[in-house]
Amino acid sequence: MQKFERLQGLVAPLDRANVDTDLIIPKQFLKSIQRSGFGVNLFDELRYLDEGQPGQDCSQRPLNPDFVLNQPRYQGASVLLARQNFGCGSSREHAPWALADFGFRAVIAPSFADIFYNNAFKNGILLIKLPEEQVNRLFRETEAEEGYRLDVDLEAQRITTPSGEILEFEVDAFRKHCLLEGLDDIGITLQDEDAIRAFEQKHRAARPWLFRDEAGV
Amino acid sequence: MAGQTLYDKLWSQHLVKERDDGTALIYIDRQLLHEVTSPQAFEGLRLANRRPWRIDANLATPDHNVPTTLKERAEGNAGIKDPVSLIQVQTLDDNCNEFGIEEFRINDPRQGIVHVVGPEQGATLPGMTVVCGDSHTATHGAFAALAHGIGTSEVEHVLATQCLLAQKMKNMQVRVEGELGVGVTAKDIVLAIIGEIGTAGGTGYAIEFAGSAIRELSMEGRMTVCNMAIEAGARVGLIAVDDTTIDYLKGRHYAPSVEQWEAAVADWRDLVSDEGAAFDKVVTLDAADIEPQVSWGTSPEMVTGIGGEVPDPAEAADDTARTGISRALEYMGLAPKQKITDIRLDKVFIGSCTNSRIEDLREAAKVARGKKVADSIKLAMVVPGSGLVKQQAEAEGLDAIFREAGFEWREPGCSMCLAMNADKLGAGEHCASTSNRNFEGRQGYGGRTHLVSPAMAAAAAIAGHFVDVRGLAANDATQQQEA
Repeated sequence: MQKFERLQGLVAPLDRANVDTDLIIPKQFLKSIQRSGFGVNLFDELRYLDEGQPGQDCSQRPLNPDFVLNQPRYQGASVLLARQNFGCGSSREHAPWALADFGFRAVIAPSFADIFYNNAFKNGILLIKLPEEQVNRLFRETEAEEGYRLDVDLEAQRITTPSGEILEFEVDAFRKHCLLEGLDDIGITLQDEDAIRAFEQKHRAARPWLFRDEAGV
Repeated sequence: MAGQTLYDKLWSQHLVKERDDGTALIYIDRQLLHEVTSPQAFEGLRLANRRPWRIDANLATPDHNVPTTLKERAEGNAGIKDPVSLIQVQTLDDNCNEFGIEEFRINDPRQGIVHVVGPEQGATLPGMTVVCGDSHTATHGAFAALAHGIGTSEVEHVLATQCLLAQKMKNMQVRVEGELGVGVTAKDIVLAIIGEIGTAGGTGYAIEFAGSAIRELSMEGRMTVCNMAIEAGARVGLIAVDDTTIDYLKGRHYAPSVEQWEAAVADWRDLVSDEGAAFDKVVTLDAADIEPQVSWGTSPEMVTGIGGEVPDPAEAADDTARTGISRALEYMGLAPKQKITDIRLDKVFIGSCTNSRIEDLREAAKVARGKKVADSIKLAMVVPGSGLVKQQAEAEGLDAIFREAGFEWREPGCSMCLAMNADKLGAGEHCASTSNRNFEGRQGYGGRTHLVSPAMAAAAAIAGHFVDVRGLAANDATQQQEA
């Protein structure tokens, strides 16, 4: 996993509540068996004026000029500013894969859906929850000032705005540690292999019917 | 000590280790796999030179991409016309082969939607932890199993370690008390709950559904309710064990053997929230107030009763709500204050992990019996949740009722719930759908989904627009009396 330490990134505002994972990456693109290449289809139905198909050359497709990520001033954005309940809906990890592949490393919103929250952190994307009024202010500032960038410091858990204002954010210690170090959590879990085996033995003794080899089926 | 909730009990029974940083390792008893969210997980295992921790904990079946016409299905995988879908299904077959995981393949009668197949086989049991790379894994909570939807990295993590890294959720109880009206079903209950608490109302919570109206539901109805916990924002929906749960499981293929049965049942009887257990949030609904529900917008919380109307953005509570409603009405092609019964339909879909079980098909068939699908409906389809549901329905003659009424009778799969196969809506088409999500483009590019119960979908197919199924039930009863 790619490390996340500090990011000074251009901010793109997506002014829409309850952005679901179908909107982030429509289902026809979930047929891929790869983890990469989803960026060109991020927000496909908002971004292009036609219906996208997997494997298509997207450079030939008509762009929706009104969609925020198509506007010249937001090219190269790495911080996405969003509204409440971002990432609701399905568990598709293709959603954070698409965001990361497009170039987003951080998303700021008042709230996120639970499964998306887990999935994003496992792919090197930092999700930052800020109070609604702070998010409202960031929307206003981003829209007012072309080239608006934020300095996101994960170690210090701080965002610094262009005017020097500091916004602090919470992130749980384990997720922070994994992001800062770029750690694969399977490796971390397997350090507890003995504890898992001991639990499994006890669990099997107490409830043998949960083990199909035990049940003989 | 205060009593424990059902969720607390399930959590502590599976807790392997708590870390100082607030995360925990919980042990996973069952992982269900399908073709869309597993290929990258298996690839990850191979790249890291890892093996699955416990083969027998896994069960797989292809469901999202499979075609549903008999002609295509007769050819097995070769009948999948879309080459990209075909690769995905073949990859699941290859991975299950390579790692020795049991799979119900495309033409196995046990194949179907994972969330129908697991319970049907008894592979979902009370007291289990169940995961799947699919948010509707919440379904299995109907059996008092702690069931989560997970992402692909977590699928790989569970394959490799038999554990999940988790944080304990908060407890919410949703009580539905009293008696449901005639023609009002589990689907209407859960849509009404989502309408009440909102699509993010359950975020961070495990929701336990309780109350007399929930206890009265069959297992099929309970699965419908838990299935859509995720549409209320909760990864987990739960219902306590009772005789209904135990009776359903007896004799299922993977259920405990005769020798183990009594011990298992004794263990399961404790899978209820203790008297006086503390919930962080309690919501109560009166079952008698619940009308048949119809969603009008592009989020499951945008729902109202059949007697209602489409909202007027001008009357919204705040700017965000106003923008949301306006955008939804524009996408859906609906006018403010339009009556729900005036919404005309192009297609009807009865199926999905929410509503494709035998009881769902019986309810829809009851409405369709002896009637004809309206001429204005381009396609009305019934897609059973599994090969075994299909066989059962055919044994009861339900397929004949649907066919005679003008419905297409299909082969099992996820089908038009998310349109990853050939079953989809065209742009601008309105669909009465028994599925779970009405997001933009969900059932096809530009498609317009209205979420309803199976009975309401069948009634809409016959009328060509939404109608109150309760009126039909009353008319039929009168006709029968007169006859």
